[in-house]
Amino acid sequence: MSIPLAWYLVLAAALFCIGLYGVLSRKNAIAILLCIELMLNAVNINLVAFWRYQNPAQMAGQAFAVIVFAVAAAEVAVGLALIISVYRRRKTVVADEINLMKW
Amino acid sequence: MTNWIIWLLPLPPLLAFFAIILFTNKNKPLSNGIAVAAAGLSWLGSMVVFIKAVGTEEFGLHVFESVINWLPTGETWLQIGVRIDPLSAVVLFFVAWTVLAIFVYSIGYHNFGQPKGDHDLAGLPPHGATVTEDGHTHIVPSIEPMYARFFAFISLFAFGMFTLVVSNNLLTLFVGWEIMGLCSYLLIGFWFGKETARDAAIKAFMTTRVGDVFMLLGIAFVYSFTGSLSYKDIFQPKMLQALAGTPAFFGLSAAGIIGLLLFIGTVGKSAQWPLHVWLPDAMEGPTPVSAMIHAATMVSAGVYMAIRIYPLLSLDAHTMTVVAFIGSFTALFAATIAVAQNDIKKVLAYSTISQLGFMIAALGVHAYIAAAFHLVTHAFFKALLFLDSGSVIHGMEHGVLQTGEHVDPQDMFSMGGLRKKMPITFWTFLIGGLALSGFPVLTAGFWSKDAIFAEAFAGGHLLVFIVLAVAAFLTAFYTMRQITLTFLGEGRTKAAEHASETTWTMTLPLVVLAVFAVGIGWVGMPAWFTGGLVPDWFHEFVGGTLAQAPEAVAFNWIPVATSLVVALGGLLCGWLVYRNVSVPTEDHLQIPLLKNKYYFDEIYAFLFVRPAGWIAEKFTSIYMDQIVIDGFLHSLARFSLFLGHAFRNYFDKPVINEFIGDGTGRTIKASGSGLRKIQAGRVQYYMVVSIVILVVFAFIYYFLKLGM
Amino acid sequence: MTAEQIIFLLFAALVLVSALMVVIVRNLLHAALWLVVSLFGVAVLYAILQANFLAVVQVVVYIGAIAILFIFAVMLTRREAMEKGRQTRNNWWIPAMLGLLILTGLVVLIFNFPNVEQTAAALPVGLDTLQALGTALVSPDAYVLPFEVASVLMLAALVGAVYVATVDKK
Repeated sequence: MSIPLAWYLVLAAALFCIGLYGVLSRKNAIAILLCIELMLNAVNINLVAFWRYQNPAQMAGQAFAVIVFAVAAAEVAVGLALIISVYRRRKTVVADEINLMKW
Repeated sequence: MTNWIIWLLPLPPLLAFFAIILFTNKNKPLSNGIAVAAAGLSWLGSMVVFIKAVGTEEFGLHVFESVINWLPTGETWLQIGVRIDPLSAVVLFFVAWTVLAIFVYSIGYHNFGQPKGDHDLAGLPPHGATVTEDGHTHIVPSIEPMYARFFAFISLFAFGMFTLVVSNNLLTLFVGWEIMGLCSYLLIGFWFGKETARDAAIKAFMTTRVGDVFMLLGIAFVYSFTGSLSYKDIFQPKMLQALAGTPAFFGLSAAGIIGLLLFIGTVGKSAQWPLHVWLPDAMEGPTPVSAMIHAATMVSAGVYMAIRIYPLLSLDAHTMTVVAFIGSFTALFAATIAVAQNDIKKVLAYSTISQLGFMIAALGVHAYIAAAFHLVTHAFFKALLFLDSGSVIHGMEHGVLQTGEHVDPQDMFSMGGLRKKMPITFWTFLIGGLALSGFPVLTAGFWSKDAIFAEAFAGGHLLVFIVLAVAAFLTAFYTMRQITLTFLGEGRTKAAEHASETTWTMTLPLVVLAVFAVGIGWVGMPAWFTGGLVPDWFHEFVGGTLAQAPEAVAFNWIPVATSLVVALGGLLCGWLVYRNVSVPTEDHLQIPLLKNKYYFDEIYAFLFVRPAGWIAEKFTSIYMDQIVIDGFLHSLARFSLFLGHAFRNYFDKPVINEFIGDGTGRTIKASGSGLRKIQAGRVQYYMVVSIVILVVFAFIYYFLKLGM
Repeated sequence: MTAEQIIFLLFAALVLVSALMVVIVRNLLHAALWLVVSLFGVAVLYAILQANFLAVVQVVVYIGAIAILFIFAVMLTRREAMEKGRQTRNNWWIPAMLGLLILTGLVVLIFNFPNVEQTAAALPVGLDTLQALGTALVSPDAYVLPFEVASVLMLAALVGAVYVATVDKK
């Protein structure tokens, strides 16, 4: 293994920041969820990289990566269900238009 | 025992006053019954005390005295008490008799038992009631509407007089003095509906007040110098020496100043010149009032006090000169005015002033006994004369009511021939008038006046002697004038022809007083007259009051002859001149100067009354009060109002309301409106904000290492 | 530069580029597809990291389930007008700056982390990562609790999603 840990970490950081940019700037709600998936993937990469490079015998890194998968799936499911429900009511998925909960 | 009686002497009239005022005001018979009973009780007590006093040997040394501690003054007490020494015993005698006589007289004077008047108003003299008898209507005198009130007032007055006489110190004397002053005001203004009566009451009060102020100063001086106000302490020889020896103001010794100040009180109360102006006007009151207050008791109180402080007065020659001057000047001055008066009561008023002048002049020439003697005799015959004049006026009013004529019942020139219509009144008036003139031997006035002349002459005070002699001549003259015009001759008006004698309640006191007017002089006959057979009791008795009894004056024929000449001569001249005069125009003595009392009223009005009025109305009321004080207050008010407005408009509204109140509201509203945009409801906006904050904190935490 | 590194760089670039496309493209379906590409790249990276199971799970779960789900959702919520015009908000530069800032910060942090330049050690001999992972996930003194909680979470999500997305039949 000749890849320094730093490369993985930087990659994860970059992926995370791209995801963050997407979350904050996309109009469509589904697109926001999409970008959240990118962020979660970045997290996963971090976890696995650290697992591999620090102590491969201790399965904590992978175990938690699995948990993150599960959580991501659940979150996507619920999020999309919500968006569809909102779409049915308000006929829109533009995040800025879903603003009933203002003052 | 006697001391108890002395303490209680002033009490019955005081109780009568309260009883009448509070309870029996509506019940006329009960009111006068209470008053007369009270006067009777005091009279009884006075007689008991007097008899005891006379019966005591060397009474001057064994006086009846009783004191109590009254005011605590630091270490000691101010004591008050009662004291009957020879002087106050004789004064008590005549006070008791005259008071009782006048009380009884008042019953009849105010027409007790007569019907109520037709249109009588309380506050005005009664005008008469129409009575129908056997189909024949005529007008009779009506009862006084304020009948009970009169008796209440004279009871209060009697209380004041008794207090003054029995007191042993200057303080309670002054209390009695002032009470009498108050009653004088109340009684002169008894018929308060008449404006003249109201003015006269105020004039009397004000004038005597002037005297009283000085007297109070004198009392204060006495207290501060001697530390006591009781006669015993003041008239101790050592104290008198100290008073005489201490120089005070104006070159007089302390005794002189005190004597002068106290004497000014007498000048006011006894209507001496220059404070004489109130007494003639005081004739506005009912006649019993004139008799009691202005003849027998109140004005006598002034002289009584002067006689009382004689030991003090006599220490300073300057003061004695002043006393003698005022006394004799007043005697002559008033006598000259009296000859030109037409009102029967006014003549008697000026006569009173004149006689009081005699007494004070006597005091001024060291004639202590003579002054006291004249005081006693004068009280009797002057009260008699006043009551007589009241009887005359009543008779005239009866005539006026019957005939319906409009004459002044008090004007002597509308009288005449009354000796036939009112015999008792005539004879008693004659006795009183002769006593006043000093008719020899038979009347009391002769003995007392003679004593004054003798002492004045013997003391070498020739000027006083001559002045008094002239005044005595004038006295006899105007008295005879009065008698001639009133009683002798024929009635000059129909009212005079229809006059009738008055009731027994009025004539009985006249008779009693007439007896005294004749007899009282005999207790003071000098030794040379009786050849030692009848002792000069009065001289011995009253002389004991002083530490050193004055000697009897040796006989000298000049004063005796003078007094005989002036008395008889005056009477003769008066009769001769006036038996043919029937109208004022024939009276040659109606000189305007005399008739108008030397214009003293006008002078005082100009000097004192008008400036006082100006000060009150213009100066204090308008300038000081309205312009200065009110102006100041108004400007304060305006200033406060201005401040209020300023605060409201320049501070309250803009700062508090706008800036703090509304401003806060507006700011909060604006900031709220502004801030609410944060909560836009847009999720990405929230996320951006939260990540920004996270970054900032991360920056601070990780890179600046704060909070590590 | 070893072969491993080159492969890594290639796939890392793939991941990043496709991620960028995800956030840039207008067409949402394209974005979802680009996400799929990115996820594939991540799976390869997992394989490079010798986390075989995770690589497979990534493909199966993420791409096979989640991405498909996304495509379903996109299709269900499609409207003609929606995909014309810009797909980013008006003030997109704020998140861009924020992203760059955070990236810089993270990079700085990474390079301050100790031992970050080292390469990985070899796996211990005899370590069966799959078995070890399985044991770790169900062993009571390992991570069974988070595992169970995750299952409960899934259950909840299942129920919730079904409920939320159900159309009320009146």
